[in-house]
Amino acid sequence: MTAASGVAVEKRAQTPLYQAALFKDAILAALVATLLALPLVGMQTYDIGGGALGIRTHLDRVVMIAAAVFVGRLVWRLRPRRHRRAKTSGDTVFSRLAAWSSRQTSLIAVAGIAFAVALPFLPFSSRYLIDLGTTVLIYVMLGWGLNVVVGLAGLLDLGYVAFYAVGAYTFALLARDLGFTFWESLPFSGLVAAGFGVILGFPVLRLRGDYLAIVTLGFGEIIRIILLNWSPVTGGPNGISDIPRPSFFGLPFTRSAPEGVTTFQQFFGIEFSPNQRVVFTYFVILALALVTNMFTLRLRRLPIGRAWEALREDEVACRALGINPTNVKLSAFGIGAMLGGFAGCFFATRQGFISPESFTFSESATILAIVVLGGAGSQIGVVLAAILLVSLPELGRAFAEFRMLLFGAAMVAIMVWRPRGLLAHREPSLRLAQRSRQGLLS
Amino acid sequence: MISGSEIRRPLLTVEHLTMRFDGLVAVDDLSFAAYPREITAIIGPNGAGKTTVFNCLTGFYKPSTGRLAMQVDGKTLLLERIDGFKIARQAGVVRTFQNIRLFAGMTALENLIVAQHNLLMAASLFSIAGFLGLPCYRSAERAAVERARHWLDKLGLTERADWAAGTLPYGAQRRLEIARALCTEPTLLCLDEPAAGLNPRESAELNELLLSVRAQQEIAILLIEHDMSVVMRISDHIIVLDYGRKIADGPPAAVRADPNVVRAYLGEDVTERDTVLETIATDRGTGRA
Repeated sequence: MTAASGVAVEKRAQTPLYQAALFKDAILAALVATLLALPLVGMQTYDIGGGALGIRTHLDRVVMIAAAVFVGRLVWRLRPRRHRRAKTSGDTVFSRLAAWSSRQTSLIAVAGIAFAVALPFLPFSSRYLIDLGTTVLIYVMLGWGLNVVVGLAGLLDLGYVAFYAVGAYTFALLARDLGFTFWESLPFSGLVAAGFGVILGFPVLRLRGDYLAIVTLGFGEIIRIILLNWSPVTGGPNGISDIPRPSFFGLPFTRSAPEGVTTFQQFFGIEFSPNQRVVFTYFVILALALVTNMFTLRLRRLPIGRAWEALREDEVACRALGINPTNVKLSAFGIGAMLGGFAGCFFATRQGFISPESFTFSESATILAIVVLGGAGSQIGVVLAAILLVSLPELGRAFAEFRMLLFGAAMVAIMVWRPRGLLAHREPSLRLAQRSRQGLLS
Repeated sequence: MISGSEIRRPLLTVEHLTMRFDGLVAVDDLSFAAYPREITAIIGPNGAGKTTVFNCLTGFYKPSTGRLAMQVDGKTLLLERIDGFKIARQAGVVRTFQNIRLFAGMTALENLIVAQHNLLMAASLFSIAGFLGLPCYRSAERAAVERARHWLDKLGLTERADWAAGTLPYGAQRRLEIARALCTEPTLLCLDEPAAGLNPRESAELNELLLSVRAQQEIAILLIEHDMSVVMRISDHIIVLDYGRKIADGPPAAVRADPNVVRAYLGEDVTERDTVLETIATDRGTGRA
């Protein structure tokens, strides 16, 4: 035995013991397939008249499936192993893309922004496409905001939608009760959401990982349920409608304006078109998203950003170096929440109507999925993931029944092949080598 | 001797330190002092309570009883009364860890910059000046990078400054952790088994480094170490713990000869015992010759 295994490593498949194990494995797979196929394929209901159902059995199909799985499993296990590479992340398309994207950040950014700006004026552009673009950009902005909390500070937040809701309702209430416009209430939405972020931060200071996720999940639900039940203020399940639309430096996008107010098209002397408002809304969210991006990128290179990352890496070491973990966590929660609040304010003005239904857990899950799939900490990864997660379900409307199936399969596939996200590649916040090069030039 | 003891005032005075975990007494009535410009080693068999002493000093544990007095700018600070994370800033006590605790995903340089967080945070006026890129912050950041570069050079890590800390070889990670502690400009540096896992050459380099740090800065070094070649060669002062109690305290030569110490180490780790017996034998041999 020892001699045989020593001599023929690559002829492993020919040893009787290995062959027996192969067969056992294939039989097991066939057995599992049979168990699954029996109810799924083997039995079919049909109408026997009078509303009653009969069952037809198709044992032949079950046998065929079991045989196919048996043979398939054998072939799979005996496939030539030569092409199998070590499980490093050095050689897949996405890892090369990740490395390339981190080298060419400015190029990709310029190209991406140029495309985003040109989108409404491209020949194939339509109102539907611009609406879709607006939705994608909202998720991009939310992803970038949540990236501060999850990607940089490493605090798993499952209730991010709460801050989105707080921002949206802040604007809706300010507009309804005090007559604020979108631009006037934008800073308040951010501030109130940041306040809620800090409020959430306090009780979860000692929590990490799973425990933190559960508490933040609860927080998200608490906010939604308050919005649902506090009818006198929030309108309960009916929500708040007639939220003002954004104006272009005070010029509204309406067909006709009341006395003394000039509309956008009157001011510029052009024909009225409902598309003007849609395009403008698109540019507003584009600008907000870009400001969010610049803001977070800048913070990342400051002591506060490095402290977030250090906290993610090792909280104990942070303490030993004299960093106050409380401040670091609260600032991450506060700033992440503020960005979510801005996005919420925009969401309210874009929809014109908000209700608690827009702020369910599935929204939180989608935003978190965008951050995690994109590669926590990667700004371009978030954009890519947002485009994938928001537009793929839209494109798949034709076969709506399979949408969630495809969505789930895509998620599983990404987690299998790129467990750290599509474009996981961390760029250092400062470099020694680069500095010396700059020193030579200047 | 008398004039010497008049000048030398201890930086850290530990008095009657006891740390109890429910029924277990990890450290039992321990008193010792650490002096500036001296390397004080704490040795003892596994589970003797060495790391517990460090955890008390750096605020990870609150001692059950006892007094931990640090002299800072002529004032006495009681470490047991300071919040854990403030000890590094207020008292200048910084430590390394037995199992290296670097910020593994960040580069070596970033690790050293994070160590200067409080300084930079103050310079950036809570991020506002930093966000606007004002000159006061930029010069502070340049100074921080220069300080980091100084320690990177000194520890031979400059080549790998932009590597993620987690991808560095083991010995380099140990050195980086020491550099990170030194970047905070501590007055008391606590090193928890800095030579663990180092090869003999790296271990010798570590000795050189610690001696040069001691020579150049007004700093006291506390050292937990199992490697007797490090301990005996560079310590000025050795404290031996066994089951949480101090069984010996004095200069290396005296500790080496102490029968209590030999007894504590017998039956322990074989290589350790051999080292101790060997050093005793050579010491006696040279002493009589």
